[in-house]
Amino acid sequence: MMGIVASTYIILIVAMMVADMSYTSPGHIFEALKSKEIQYAIKLSLITCTVTMILSVMVAVPLGYFMSRFEFPFKKVIDAILDIPIVLPPLVIGLSLLILFQTAPGRFIESHVRITYTVYSVVIAQFMVACAFAVRTMYVTFSQINNRQEQVALTLGCNQKQAFFNILLPQAKNGILTAASLAWARALGEFGPILIFSGATRMRTEVLPTTVFLEMTVGNIEAAVAVSLIMIFSGFAVLMVVRLFGDKKVIV
Amino acid sequence: MIRGINLSIHQGDFKLSNLNFTIEAKEYVVLMGKTGCGKTTLLETICGLRKLSSGEIWINDKNVSNEVPAKREIGYVPQDAALFNTMTVKKNIGFALKIRKCNKQKIEERTNELAELMGIDHLLERRIDGLSGGEKQRVALARALSFYPQILCLDEPLSALDEDTKGDMIELLVKLKQNLDITVVHVTHSNFEASKLANKVLYFEAGTITHQKKFR
Repeated sequence: MMGIVASTYIILIVAMMVADMSYTSPGHIFEALKSKEIQYAIKLSLITCTVTMILSVMVAVPLGYFMSRFEFPFKKVIDAILDIPIVLPPLVIGLSLLILFQTAPGRFIESHVRITYTVYSVVIAQFMVACAFAVRTMYVTFSQINNRQEQVALTLGCNQKQAFFNILLPQAKNGILTAASLAWARALGEFGPILIFSGATRMRTEVLPTTVFLEMTVGNIEAAVAVSLIMIFSGFAVLMVVRLFGDKKVIV
Repeated sequence: MIRGINLSIHQGDFKLSNLNFTIEAKEYVVLMGKTGCGKTTLLETICGLRKLSSGEIWINDKNVSNEVPAKREIGYVPQDAALFNTMTVKKNIGFALKIRKCNKQKIEERTNELAELMGIDHLLERRIDGLSGGEKQRVALARALSFYPQILCLDEPLSALDEDTKGDMIELLVKLKQNLDITVVHVTHSNFEASKLANKVLYFEAGTITHQKKFR
């Protein structure tokens, strides 16, 4: 009985993808790939996701280390704050970002570098959500690594920084890979915040989820499905990389 | 020489207070007592891994109470060996000298010398995962001795080993005691280890040193 319940869910997931595939054909996918707009969206998605991934890891590694290795006042509060982007509806993140850049400091930044409705805003919107997953992953990763090896390193002549880079970081390699892949995959699927904060302008702030949205609104379901399939396969490929090379214990 | 003067260490509910002891240079001192009586805590405090609530620790003529572990130059072998599992045996042993920016040849020489002394020369290229308990302890010892420390702290180095391996390790420790001019602080709850190795035994109970006994 339990097996039937469990397998129903898996069958549903696979059925969705099979339905997508049956709705489109290789011809549709190639046609979609030939479109200049979609080529731009693929390029922008790849670039922004990669930038978001790098930024997320750069933030998640020190933050995860700090949270797992040090005790300080209001740690539980900060822990909860770090989860806000995970629990918040994506649209609300987009709206909040938009409002943030209407405040005085936000407007000051905008007066120097235009953020809202530009490519930069795409990265910021992706980063706000993706980074939370990377931080959570690194927090778990570092917490699971016993600090004994670092302590021995300290007695052998290391300072904290040397112990971190020489001893802890190499142990966290799989966790970092997992965090990076998750951030990338999250960024690829991000739509709500981008729609509000960056708009959906073709050849400017159009990423792949935006393409699906735009194609659907003009009734071009075949193209929307074709782009969806491109996303499903690239997301699946990234998740497979994590499963094959990553640390199973830290996958969230 | 290591001197503890009115040492107090608090850690959660656990407390060591007003501890006084002197360990002479080149002495092999065994710290004995039941599990949970504070032996390991004291050892870690000597190494600088735990903060003192009050009191002072002197090494030779220097107050090291506020020194970081790296400045104390104490070789430390924890109970679980805590070998660096992302490195080979060779890299583990050479690590302290690499951090001290010694040249490659010097690191190589010292690594080989210690590997020979510990009888682990055939393991140098191996990774940590496949080593036996006894082999791990030997590597940890070699790593702790690599930077020529004056003091060596051993935390129950034999507790996880089977009887045969334990015998071999005791032989090795006796050999080190004879060949190296070094002060050793060895934590254990085994009378047998103490009788084989110690110049002096400090008995620990409920956070204080109750008495001491001198051997040869």
